[in-house]
Amino acid sequence: MAAVLALSAVGLSLTFGVMRVVNVAHGEFFMLGAVLAWVVVQAVPSAPLGFVAALILCPLVVGAVAALADTAILKRLNYDPEATIVATIGISYILQQGALSFFGPDARAVEAPFSLRLQFPWFGYSGYKLFVVIAAGLVLLAVWLFMTRSRAGLVMRATQVDRNTARAFGINVDRVYAGTFALGAALAAVAAVLIVPIQQAHYLMGHDPLLLSFIVVIIGGLGSIRGTLIAALLIGLSDGIISMFFTPTLAKIVATLAVALVLVFRPQGLFGARA
Amino acid sequence: MLVIEGLTAGYGGAPVLHGVGLGAAPGKVTCVMGRNGAGKTTLMRAIMGQLRASSGTIHLDGEALHGLPAHEVPRHGVALVPQGRRLFGPLTVAENIEIGLMTRRKGRAVREHVLDLFPRLRERLNQQSRTLSGGEQQMLALARALCLEPKVLLLDEPTEGLQPSMIRLIRDTVLKLKATGVAVVLVEQRVEAVLEVADSVAFMAQGRVTEVLPAHGLTPQSPQFATWVGV
Ligand SMILES: Nc1ncnc2c1ncn2[C@@H]1O[C@H](COP(=O)(O)OP(=O)(O)O)[C@@H](O)[C@H]1O
Ligand SMILES: [Mg+2]
Repeated sequence: MAAVLALSAVGLSLTFGVMRVVNVAHGEFFMLGAVLAWVVVQAVPSAPLGFVAALILCPLVVGAVAALADTAILKRLNYDPEATIVATIGISYILQQGALSFFGPDARAVEAPFSLRLQFPWFGYSGYKLFVVIAAGLVLLAVWLFMTRSRAGLVMRATQVDRNTARAFGINVDRVYAGTFALGAALAAVAAVLIVPIQQAHYLMGHDPLLLSFIVVIIGGLGSIRGTLIAALLIGLSDGIISMFFTPTLAKIVATLAVALVLVFRPQGLFGARA
Repeated sequence: MLVIEGLTAGYGGAPVLHGVGLGAAPGKVTCVMGRNGAGKTTLMRAIMGQLRASSGTIHLDGEALHGLPAHEVPRHGVALVPQGRRLFGPLTVAENIEIGLMTRRKGRAVREHVLDLFPRLRERLNQQSRTLSGGEQQMLALARALCLEPKVLLLDEPTEGLQPSMIRLIRDTVLKLKATGVAVVLVEQRVEAVLEVADSVAFMAQGRVTEVLPAHGLTPQSPQFATWVGV
């Protein structure tokens, strides 16, 4: 789904853009969000209330886990680009095995908070899916406003440009990094909570979103939020349409081809600034 | 008063600075001269806390700056105009100024005062700073630093690559700041520019301060310039 994909991809793009960290564990933060959503929904008896609780709590918990991972691991590596790739691979295994031990190998379904079918003359549409699109759009809008209008967003953008000069203007770069890593992971978690009523929670579910997010981020241009959004729409829609009329495999082939073409002809991405 | 004593620092490998000592007094302009690679920029970065000093001390009005995290140093009132300007290029002029104001929580009054010094920036507040001309970029780098209302202003080759009119504007700004009691440390390669504003001149070579002289004893023909700067 394009909307959810965009959320997850923007999270990945933020982390790379501001910190120059390729977060291989991004998919596992997504998975953690989905699994926690199931836990929260089980714990809260009333269905809509449980879902709302999950939508608020899961990103917070996942963000906190990410901030901890940043301070405990990535900071110690001095954010060296290669070392952090290896480290986030490690984090992804820890998260995956942790989910397996506590949650078990079974896929768990989460009920949609409401079931409403919109009946148009030519096709039916699930009300929940429409809600997901709107919710994801609102979250993306909030991220956009946060990055462009708030002081914290300004500080993040300045750090992204030049961390040493940012330090010379009183910016605590360690804190910005922890916050960015947390925000990126929290966005993956929001995407995951929105998606669990459609796709079940499972400890291996992180692979697909990771791969798709990478595809989106590469096509859109690493670190460019606007490019990421547009690429998410393109990939999400083309994936949906090609899967529906042809096969999902063809959709993946097309996406991979698109990545290859972008890498060859426009390595900075369709909208990315030259590094 | 900024006092640096016995400062040894580098980039992780062998030290670049070897026991550097330097003082900068309020209302005085201290110029730092030396050939490329002498360690002038490294000294500025070490003062800003961006490099770990392996030994030596830096004090501002008796307070220790050495050992502070780099983001704490500017909050004590030390501002840097880095070599090559290093603006936040994709950010607008207004946003660059905003970052400067945030450093020491300065408000509208300081912003207006700084923009009055550089009216051309006021006309371009919403322009991306990397699209400014070289001279305007240097004005913005200065303005951003002045938003701290610094006690100490470090200027690392601010006139590099600029037209004479811009060089005069920077000189006039330095003299204004000196008159308001700021301690200015100016890294500058051009002898005439130094002699116009300096109260004292420190010469550097190979990571050491080799000589510090009062400016009034120096002329363009003084042998120190030939020895340490090679002009
Ligand atoms: N980022 C860096 N990493 C390692 N060495 C550096 C770095 N920057 C400068 N140096 C070295 O430090 C020495 C002094 O450089 P610098 O302080 O830039 O000189 P100056 O500003 O006087 O021209 C040079 O030998 C240079 O190669
Ligand atoms: Mg230099």
